[in-house]
Amino acid sequence: MTETRILTRHFDRPGAHTLRGWRELGGYAAWEKAQGMEPAAIVEEVKKSNLRGLGGAGFPTGTKWSFIPRDHRGPVYLVVNADEGEPGTFKDRYLLERTPHALIEGMLITARAIRAALGFVYIRGEYVEPWRRFSAAVREAYDAGILGRGLDVVVHRGAGAYICGEETGLISSLEGRKGWPKLKPPFPAVKGAFGAPTIVNNVETLCHVPHVIAGGAEWFASLGTRTQGGTRIFSVSGRVRRPGIYEAPVSITLRRLVYDLAGGVTGTGRLKAVVPGGSSAPILRADEIDVTMDVDGLRAAGSMAGSAGVIVMDESVSIPEALMVVARFYAHESCGQCTPCRESTGWIYRMVRRIVEGRGRKEDLDTILDVARRGAGTTICAFYDGAVGPYISYIEKFRDEFEALIPR
Amino acid sequence: MSTSGVTFSPEQLAEVRRLQGLYPDPRGALLPVLHMAQETFGHISLEVEEYVAGLFRLSPAHVHEVVTFYTLFFQRPKGRHVISVCHNLSCHLAGAPKILAHLRQKLGIDVGETTGDERFTLLAVECLCACEHAPMMQVDDRYELDLTPERVDRIVEGLP
Repeated sequence: MTETRILTRHFDRPGAHTLRGWRELGGYAAWEKAQGMEPAAIVEEVKKSNLRGLGGAGFPTGTKWSFIPRDHRGPVYLVVNADEGEPGTFKDRYLLERTPHALIEGMLITARAIRAALGFVYIRGEYVEPWRRFSAAVREAYDAGILGRGLDVVVHRGAGAYICGEETGLISSLEGRKGWPKLKPPFPAVKGAFGAPTIVNNVETLCHVPHVIAGGAEWFASLGTRTQGGTRIFSVSGRVRRPGIYEAPVSITLRRLVYDLAGGVTGTGRLKAVVPGGSSAPILRADEIDVTMDVDGLRAAGSMAGSAGVIVMDESVSIPEALMVVARFYAHESCGQCTPCRESTGWIYRMVRRIVEGRGRKEDLDTILDVARRGAGTTICAFYDGAVGPYISYIEKFRDEFEALIPR
Repeated sequence: MSTSGVTFSPEQLAEVRRLQGLYPDPRGALLPVLHMAQETFGHISLEVEEYVAGLFRLSPAHVHEVVTFYTLFFQRPKGRHVISVCHNLSCHLAGAPKILAHLRQKLGIDVGETTGDERFTLLAVECLCACEHAPMMQVDDRYELDLTPERVDRIVEGLP
């Protein structure tokens, strides 16, 4: 089993991050081609390619673009979500550092498709080196006249808040506010950044766009499953022999990813569990990994593809302790806007912690499950639903381990 | 720091205006300008908030709300070096608690504190998205990867 390298093909090539290096590798050829296409034709091509959002939600990209009202007069904005923060995910960091011009090219094509003249790239504040690299590429593109003739790009640094990876939280932050998500509808495609129709796409999603245009929708779709085209970059970490990024068709199974690409399990060498799509994805047991990694495959398995951050745990890992770490994260990152999320994330963290510390009560597990289920679906954004995934799945699938820690 | 000390240079004020001009509403430049303010003044005190609010014609309360929302803005003086150890899942599995314990002992401070000589601030932070090199930490602008206690010693001792 080997990788299928499309986005990552030139990652090891020195100079691929510079305009000169990128051009030598055929960069900006897709943009040349797209300039001869009508915007509607670009949207159609991306729809046919079955490209789906790779930031977490997995929404069909071309369909998202087509939500911009046809009769809209006035500015439309393209916003790149480079606020990578889903625990276990690190692919966008590589894309920003290694092939920044691929993102600029994807932005140019997308901006043409949605008729945007201004694009924002929201990079998480901690990503200083990726921000420098990408900003340098933007300057090169301006100097070469690639940007500034129809599309302007503003590189915007975040300031540390996971919730700004949620697209409406990101928009709030971009507007100079705290990153509170906004109630939908209206969706950003109708009323987004600064009140204008806005398309927010993840870095990796946009880096795929030039390949869709250059290689054609049929080719791209054929790489994946019936409902999701192309490859994606899997971030693999935890107890594996070769942690790192691996690009593969979305139809790869979790087993192949863990054992063939990442080299198998370390620690005891025996697999206990895997988180397949970033920490918000429900956990899978060792006997549940013969599942394809596409959006619909993992949904059918009761988990989610999310950001494709794969975290591997061997048999020596304590699942209650892992949940404590994950629950601490959600308690810390809840933005505080909606009561069920603000309150439950804190209470659940404290309850899991006291179980891990040997001070749990018999009724705690059912209380956590009850609180988690009641709050799901009641909040403005998907953050709390993302927290509920691990709360419920860790406890339901490994209840014995939790019960063993609770004094009789 | 006295209120009168909180002023950008003419060059910085020009940069503020340039940044404000990049956004459809100048307020979009608030985060970038707050980053500038923190680099200039060390941390974002109430005086700095008030100064920045004036540059945007926003209420100091709005700026305060923004500053307190984000983890990278410091409301109190921080050490010359900020050491942020990731304690999320992949780093935890790779031994982040040991790295944190080692740093606590080495620096003689707890998480969230600054050393008496104001050289180091120690933080435990959520995922910095370099899990393939767990355990890891950020020291100022740099990511330090694949940590061991010995490597942490070399990094900390090598800081000015």
